Amino acid sequence: MLRLIRGATVAAMALLLGACQLIGNEDAPLTTFRPAGPNAERIDDLFWLVFWIATAIFVLVMGALVLILFVFRDRKKEDAREPKQLHGSPKLEVLWTVIPALILAVIAVPTVSSVFELTGCEDDSMRVELTGHQWWFEFHYPDQGVDTANVLVIPAGEEVCLEMTSDDVLHNFWVPALHGKRYLVPGQTTLLRLEASQPGEFWGHCAEFCGLSHSLMRTRVQAVSRAEFDEWVAAQLAPANLPADGTPEFDGYQVFLNKGCTQCHTIRFDDEASSNIVLSELFNGPDLTHFASRNVFAGAVLPEGGETHEQALARWLADPPNVKPGSFMPNLALTAQEIEDLIAFLESNT
Amino acid sequence: MTATAERPATTIFRRPRSTTGLWSWLTTVDHKRIGILYGYAAFFFFVIGGIEALLLRIQLAQANAEFLTAGAYNALFTMHGTTMVFLFIMPASAAFMNYLLPLLIGARDVAFPRLNALSWWIFLFGGIFLYSTFIFGTSVPPVSPDGITGNLAPGGGPGSFNWLADSPDGGWFCYQPNCGPLYSPGTAMDYWALGIQILGLASLVSAINFIVTVFNMRARGMRLLRMPVFAWMTTVVAFLLLFSLPIIAVALFMVAFDRQFGTVFFAATSGGDPILWQHLFWLFGHPEVYILILPAMGIVSEVLPVFSRKPLFGYSAVVFAGAAIAFLGFGVWAHHMFASGITPVAQAAFALATMTIAIPTGIKIFNWMGTLWGGRLRLSTPMLFAIGFLAMFTIGGLSGVTHAVVPSDWQQTDTYYIVAHFHYVLFGGAVFGLFAGMYYWFPKLTGRLMSDRLGKVHFWLQFIGFNLTFAPMHWLGLQGMVRRTWKYAPETGLEPWNLAVTVGAFIIATSIAVFMFNWYRSKRRGALAGMDPWDARTVEWMTPSPTPEHNFSEPPVVTRLDHFWHLKYDEDEEGRPVRRPEADEMLAHLEDVGRHPTTPIHLPNPSYFPLVMAVGIPLVFYGIIYHTSAWGKALIVVGALIMLAALIGWGMEPLEEPHEAHEPEQEGVEEESGHV
Repeated sequence: MLRLIRGATVAAMALLLGACQLIGNEDAPLTTFRPAGPNAERIDDLFWLVFWIATAIFVLVMGALVLILFVFRDRKKEDAREPKQLHGSPKLEVLWTVIPALILAVIAVPTVSSVFELTGCEDDSMRVELTGHQWWFEFHYPDQGVDTANVLVIPAGEEVCLEMTSDDVLHNFWVPALHGKRYLVPGQTTLLRLEASQPGEFWGHCAEFCGLSHSLMRTRVQAVSRAEFDEWVAAQLAPANLPADGTPEFDGYQVFLNKGCTQCHTIRFDDEASSNIVLSELFNGPDLTHFASRNVFAGAVLPEGGETHEQALARWLADPPNVKPGSFMPNLALTAQEIEDLIAFLESNT
Repeated sequence: MTATAERPATTIFRRPRSTTGLWSWLTTVDHKRIGILYGYAAFFFFVIGGIEALLLRIQLAQANAEFLTAGAYNALFTMHGTTMVFLFIMPASAAFMNYLLPLLIGARDVAFPRLNALSWWIFLFGGIFLYSTFIFGTSVPPVSPDGITGNLAPGGGPGSFNWLADSPDGGWFCYQPNCGPLYSPGTAMDYWALGIQILGLASLVSAINFIVTVFNMRARGMRLLRMPVFAWMTTVVAFLLLFSLPIIAVALFMVAFDRQFGTVFFAATSGGDPILWQHLFWLFGHPEVYILILPAMGIVSEVLPVFSRKPLFGYSAVVFAGAAIAFLGFGVWAHHMFASGITPVAQAAFALATMTIAIPTGIKIFNWMGTLWGGRLRLSTPMLFAIGFLAMFTIGGLSGVTHAVVPSDWQQTDTYYIVAHFHYVLFGGAVFGLFAGMYYWFPKLTGRLMSDRLGKVHFWLQFIGFNLTFAPMHWLGLQGMVRRTWKYAPETGLEPWNLAVTVGAFIIATSIAVFMFNWYRSKRRGALAGMDPWDARTVEWMTPSPTPEHNFSEPPVVTRLDHFWHLKYDEDEEGRPVRRPEADEMLAHLEDVGRHPTTPIHLPNPSYFPLVMAVGIPLVFYGIIYHTSAWGKALIVVGALIMLAALIGWGMEPLEEPHEAHEPEQEGVEEESGHV
């Protein structure tokens, strides 16, 4: 008998663990269950504290409810007695007012203190200016002078302060492994501190409904060591390579110049004359100077489903609004050859 | 009264006379008929909103699915939310309030019967106005700040059903500036903003009517603290509506002015503030949550005692907890905005305020469990739904507390965790409560019982389907599934649970089909219920079923809480109920008198003018949308003239149309009202 109970317990525990595994789904790249920095860890601790308190209350209340239903169910016996007519109990009312209040007080203390700890930034942390667009995130590093999009590169183990605003509608920057969400509000600046303890890549998503392609406004944060970060900054500051005449890259460069790409996109070359610096009031596309250094593009949506960077780019250039409805990048009716050349050119901009 | 009754029959202002047929329904001022109309309309919109939800779920069953276009998806989630809140739960609650409030307090009608009809017709035309956006509304792709129009692939991009995209697509929350003129051009969001405005008007009119009714029309001896809890919750909800609707009315006018007349309340580029809209919206929106849930709490507070054969445990605590929830509900709105960048001090303050709401909510839950404790629990269908409410609402309440933990909410807000939470509150709570009420009062409505067997099939299907749909949304949200997303990447690992959710949604749909069949069949062939099928406690069961037009032949003189029960039962020395020997005789007498009133009864006369007035309102609003064109201006004038004509008719029509059925009584209903 004892063995049976023990066996049943082990089986139940295994089942429970399996269910938790399935529910926890630690492999989900956007999961909140795998914090990778001090801010997200602090939130995670708070979540589990509240979770276990709530679970205990849930088990008690539901257990009591099931017990009541089992014990007091009318079994339709002839001799069943009518229930005593209880009208209430002031003592119990006080009890179930005070106990929840005390439990809430226990939750309130760490809540309030963590709100103050996790809001705003340290004065000396590295700044990144983040601007939301329909439907991609633009990153500007004011101290380094770097401009990039979709992929935010940060040094691991350091606090980075995002100074965020929006160019159009509300957006909401969310990288679950690093911190909670914060709105990007047009006309205002909001702050969000990010810190990754270890190098790694973290997924993010715009969390506020921002129009037609809200679902396709995603982002990545790449945390790298300080040395790698400095290298990355140096590489980003370098101008793009002007392709040599007669190469496919050069043909692609010509497509870039002549097919309208320069209306919205900037590429900085060594030679000022070849560069097109798009005026800020016209600018509404990502800076493509080091396009190929970003592993994702088009709002960090592409490439997807195992396709290569080139395959995804071909699909994107052929008909952007079909990939991202409402995209401000129009279908430029490029020929297959033009797309091929453009890919060669863009992929050379590492 | 005699003078008006003698008005010559040649006057152009006649009261309508039909008591059957279409005209009787178009001109009715009977609170019961209005309740029934509200109920069927609400259920119709429930089915529409449900179909919208199923389309959304088909799209989300697979990663990167291409069942709907992005535009159609956005429109469907906007209309699903709007429909379920404004066109289903609110009018369904209004159906119960209309039908039951006078019955529960021993009155013959509400205080202003014609006003009551007006609010119903405004609601109906508001709903039609809102839904006419699917025919007339347009929604063109957004414009970027430099004026470049956004691009849509032919057909609106991957997917289908793109014709649905020409309807409101800014979300039921209409966040600015996305919902403003620059980013949602076209008329669809105008239909939304003005449609909600019309619906708000309907609710405001009813709120005033219910408040006046409760304070003036109670039967003799029906003190406030002898009213059934549902009557109490109706009162509380009426006050919530009265104080919160003006806020949204102002905010919606600001939206409409931004969109129609070029104001810049919410346009950041011109110095407006998009966050201001959120404050206004949630200052209405959070009380709105309690407007949706408190009626269901009232229903459950009626059902649990009857099927436990015990009085409600802690009656006054339950009533005051309801009022406390409503009061606190005005001080927590910014917990919808913890991620918006409001200061830490504000976040902490709203976190604490939000937590305090858990206390009165807990008081209610514990008192309901106290009611069940020691009872003789008959697990009939209404009871199953009431218990389902209790369990599901508890889960929603617990997840609600986690939102008050601000940093935790920064992770959860705008994810499916929130979707899970409020569906546990509004579906597991409000809708389960409404179904409990439908099964419970169906005999009052029709004189027949709904099939208990089919009811149980409905309950278990809905219970299982509900949990399969909404429980996984908790962990989908925690795994990073963002709300209002049309597509998610296969790499996110969210697919298996989303498929489960979709299966659950179809199980819910099946359960609703079972309910509709049950309703249809029971209405014709259900077992005859008699006057008091549940051995109930409150005075609405002291009249025959279906309720006669005059409700009570002799309005009850109430001596205590649960008046009807105490007429039937005495208590022995142990405090157990003993049926009074004269109970059956009394019931037979009540039934007889209820059907055959001994004195002539004065009832309010039907009227054409609420309907006429309500016809004018949407015309004016259509005119506002198209005010730049000549015919738009003409519509405004025509609508205004119709309203003016209705106003004159309303004032001028005779109080009485003398005919045989309703001889005016010497003593009016007024004199039978109770004392506080």
